[in-house]
Amino acid sequence: MEKTQVHIIRKKIAGLLHDVADPEIPIISIVDLGMVIDIRPENSHWRVDLAPTYSGCPAIDVIPILVKTHLAEAGLDDIQIEMEISPPWSTDWISDLGNQKLLDYGIAPPNGRAADQEYEGKPRRCPQCGSVETELISNYGATPCKASYKCLSCLEPFEYFKCF
Amino acid sequence: MEAKVKYLLHLADNPLILGQRLAQWCGHGPVLEQDIALTNTSLDLIGQARLLFQYIASLPGQDTNEDKLAMTRYENQYFNLLLTEQPNHNFGHTIARQFLYDAFNLIQYQALSEHADEKLKGIAIKTLKEIKYHYRYSSEWVIRLGDGTEKSHQFMQEAFDELWRYTGELFKMASYENELKEEEYALDVALLEPEWKNRVSSIATRAGLIIPANEVMLFGGKEGKHTEQMGYILTELQYMQRTYPEMNW
Repeated sequence: MEKTQVHIIRKKIAGLLHDVADPEIPIISIVDLGMVIDIRPENSHWRVDLAPTYSGCPAIDVIPILVKTHLAEAGLDDIQIEMEISPPWSTDWISDLGNQKLLDYGIAPPNGRAADQEYEGKPRRCPQCGSVETELISNYGATPCKASYKCLSCLEPFEYFKCF
Repeated sequence: MEAKVKYLLHLADNPLILGQRLAQWCGHGPVLEQDIALTNTSLDLIGQARLLFQYIASLPGQDTNEDKLAMTRYENQYFNLLLTEQPNHNFGHTIARQFLYDAFNLIQYQALSEHADEKLKGIAIKTLKEIKYHYRYSSEWVIRLGDGTEKSHQFMQEAFDELWRYTGELFKMASYENELKEEEYALDVALLEPEWKNRVSSIATRAGLIIPANEVMLFGGKEGKHTEQMGYILTELQYMQRTYPEMNW
């Protein structure tokens, strides 16, 4: 394939992947989550490498289907999707926009870099009222990637996206 | 079956069987948050098992797939630790089993994170992040329950007394591990015991629990010889694949 052509198709795929949302947190795309590792031509088809978040996250089986379907609708139907576990996905790969979207949605984004700390850290502030007075309810939440917190000011419960 | 495949099956069967055990808590946890915690841990473990099964299925000469490996072998072809197949009993008992396993698994996966097999190393680095989290969760609960009420203390002590007999197996080399020892493919698990003992006794002390002394140890799971509990859990795990062979979602 010609270089310009490769560039155009890669850009097209990359753009389309922005529309594919995480099925469990539908406000954030797999691109903003940092799951898209590589897009490249391979033999006669295109290959998309994705990094799974948690090993057992049920979304792992759904996301490749969503990606394939969406790209096929745009006329790109010869796509191979590979799950790449090494190096392991980290919340450090979530984009700034992704973190902002989480916050707007009511999920406290990861506070600090996972690479700099032993565990998951604590939310910077309550995503509802902005208070810094929060308390852990449980290390786990509705999905493996989140912990449950409660705000001591507005008393609302909320979820914290753990540094991982 | 070659030693390497057996060893990888052993590594995969531990999280598979313990993950299945923890899944039995779904809807039965003492409170919602802990129900979710146990089932999230179960998800992580099944995910870890899947990575290993997928790797085994990709090895040359392996005409199989992850589902067949997980759900169509006979009992004596599973090489998980006896500890992982023990029933849930009560929440404290489940936590004790999890803690004894997590403490071992943490040390084991730290070592596997430096493995010469790049693929196994990648899986180990990925899952170690999750294992650390499991270890902290279970060790905190051991302390909370052991150092809690009279009743929670009693439950925890009973769990330690009952489960201790299965911990000797963690550090006993299986035939396939011995075969792979020279080429350093299998870890020498005996070398992991001192650090495990340190971790376990330090948490037990904080929890006010007594570690059973001179317990007779039981062995066999790693060689495919299981306790009575294994048949029941496999019946549940394999039901759909046995009833509708090669079914798919």
